[in-house]
Amino acid sequence: MSEEFEPRIIAFCCQYCAYSAADMAGSMRLQYPCNVEIVLIPCTGRFDVILALKAFESGADGVYVAGCLEGNCHFLDGNIRAKKRVAYLRKELESIGVEPDRLAMYNLSASQGPRFAEIVKEFSDIVTGLGPSPMRKKLAA
Amino acid sequence: MIIAERKPVDEIKGFIEGKKKVLVVGCRGCVTVCNAGGTKEVGILASLLRLDAQKDGRDLTVDEHTLERQCDPEYIDELVELVEKKYDAILSMACSVGPQFLARRYPKEKIYPSLNTCFIGGALAHGIWAEHCQACGNCIIHNFGGMCPISRCSKSLLNGPCGGSAGGVCEISKEVECIWHLIATKVMEENRLDEFAPIQPIKDWSSSRDGGPRKIVREELVK
Amino acid sequence: MTRELKTNSRLEKVLVSGAFAVTGELGPPRHCSAHEVAEKAKHLVGNVDSVNITDNQTAVVRMSSLAAGLLAQKEGLEANMQMVCRDRNRIAMESDLLGAHALGINNILALSGDHQKFGDHPQSKNVFDLDSINLIQVIKMMRDEGRLLSGQELPPEGRPKLFIGGAYNPFADPEDYRVHRVAKKVAAGADFLQSQCIYDMDRFRRFMAKAVDMGLTEKTYFLAGVTPLKSLGMARYMKNNVPGITVPDSLIDRLKGVPKEKQAEEGIKIACEQIQEFKEMKGVAGVHLMLIEWEHMVPTIVKEAKLVPRPQV
Repeated sequence: MSEEFEPRIIAFCCQYCAYSAADMAGSMRLQYPCNVEIVLIPCTGRFDVILALKAFESGADGVYVAGCLEGNCHFLDGNIRAKKRVAYLRKELESIGVEPDRLAMYNLSASQGPRFAEIVKEFSDIVTGLGPSPMRKKLAA
Repeated sequence: MIIAERKPVDEIKGFIEGKKKVLVVGCRGCVTVCNAGGTKEVGILASLLRLDAQKDGRDLTVDEHTLERQCDPEYIDELVELVEKKYDAILSMACSVGPQFLARRYPKEKIYPSLNTCFIGGALAHGIWAEHCQACGNCIIHNFGGMCPISRCSKSLLNGPCGGSAGGVCEISKEVECIWHLIATKVMEENRLDEFAPIQPIKDWSSSRDGGPRKIVREELVK
Repeated sequence: MTRELKTNSRLEKVLVSGAFAVTGELGPPRHCSAHEVAEKAKHLVGNVDSVNITDNQTAVVRMSSLAAGLLAQKEGLEANMQMVCRDRNRIAMESDLLGAHALGINNILALSGDHQKFGDHPQSKNVFDLDSINLIQVIKMMRDEGRLLSGQELPPEGRPKLFIGGAYNPFADPEDYRVHRVAKKVAAGADFLQSQCIYDMDRFRRFMAKAVDMGLTEKTYFLAGVTPLKSLGMARYMKNNVPGITVPDSLIDRLKGVPKEKQAEEGIKIACEQIQEFKEMKGVAGVHLMLIEWEHMVPTIVKEAKLVPRPQV
């Protein structure tokens, strides 16, 4: 089963960097796993733990937040806030016995199309390694 | 405001063990402001409980509702229709007043506190709260440069600072500021040592919790 | 200063006589063996005028200061019973004061007390109904005005004739305020005051000069606290870990310059030099020797510092 397992991943991408980088990756015809669904957010500062929780409740196997490089946030510290929220929710996931690595934070700039593709692959590999989300057992049944 | 903190998920899980239908009730009062029990925190807790159940393959419904306040009966009344839906447990995310009011109004329901009520305080910065009052019932902060030694000194000294005050912090922890250091420094800076020389009189604690549970009746307001 | 005696305290008699007083310290055991109190007392008998019996110091449960004080008095010492505000409310304190004097205690040292967070029962509830300054007021009220805090009158023969002590710490912060806090203890009615362990002599000199200047030493007897350093390790520990104690680098360097096995000896030597200075320092009426778990060194130190024989009063 694990060979066939294709994780469902939700990526919350900041419009100023990760989202543009995704665009660039597309126009560069870069190959990356197609199991990631991108949600555009105006800044990772808009990311809220409830968004990730809803994603997991709806059957996501992994969620990541991708924002600007630290120090380069368009809104100064949105990405730092997001980082703290991700760290907080990772702990909460752990407290209910879920692998915290199902949630991650990445930082990149708008010009890093190849890095975007790399991140998708990297995170997808991590989540594939973890297997299907235990939280969607019931949904799968 | 009253500062509270959510209980660890494990403890809350213990409350709802074996239960199938749970209602999480938030409060839009103090605990919303201190990010412990408002609509958002209700959403997070409910979601975590659902995910946990899904993970274990347990059948669990978690509903969410946030009241204007849980410390006034008229808002507690608003829950009547929801309560009729027969929940196995109701988790209150208010300060401890909330679950008590819920339990009194809905005596047949199983009500659990999901927050730990910590102290009366204020936000020093977003995400940082500190105790500022102990509700002694007889405020005398004007005698101390506008600072309360009863709640903010580890020993509630009225004539401090004690011999454990060092470098502006309390002997109990470097994380705790010595309020008496601040009071004394202020008094010296303002050249008010003379005014401050008299001994603070022995405190009458009868207006505090020590006088028994307290109640205020305002006749002009009572119907 | 000459005064009429207020109590039957030997310590008071020594101080009033103008002699340089010596007080010691005895920590009660963490169990109920009277034998241990007697053993520690042996080293102190004849070497001190009065001995402080600590009250659950550092918030660790020990035999009560009243019980241990009485045991020490049986051995020929005069107890100075410490009483902290941490564990008792005004009801219990007034009651214990009456009981203590009825059983022969003549000296009381009023303290706020270390917070229980340090101790062996950090889960306990604390009291702090009164603070140390309020407690001094209460004891004085009972003795001199013959009434309890409630207003209840005490008959003349039923007033606790207690010699009232307090503590002072010139090394806590803010430094400039310390003398003003002490002034409150003097105003509250403290008859004598004992200081925290002194290592920073410069700071102590500054403090005493102010106390003398404010006339505090005319009203209350100030005793200087001495705890000899046993080793360089102890000096460093005191410097870094004990809030409200300062150890100057010069003292650390002096111990560093001595081989490890000679450090204790050097510590005693330093203490004796300090005591010599205290004897000559304006405003200092005596020394308070706190040889924590080192009581057997008391005879050595009082001999080397020429504090014995103690005056017969």
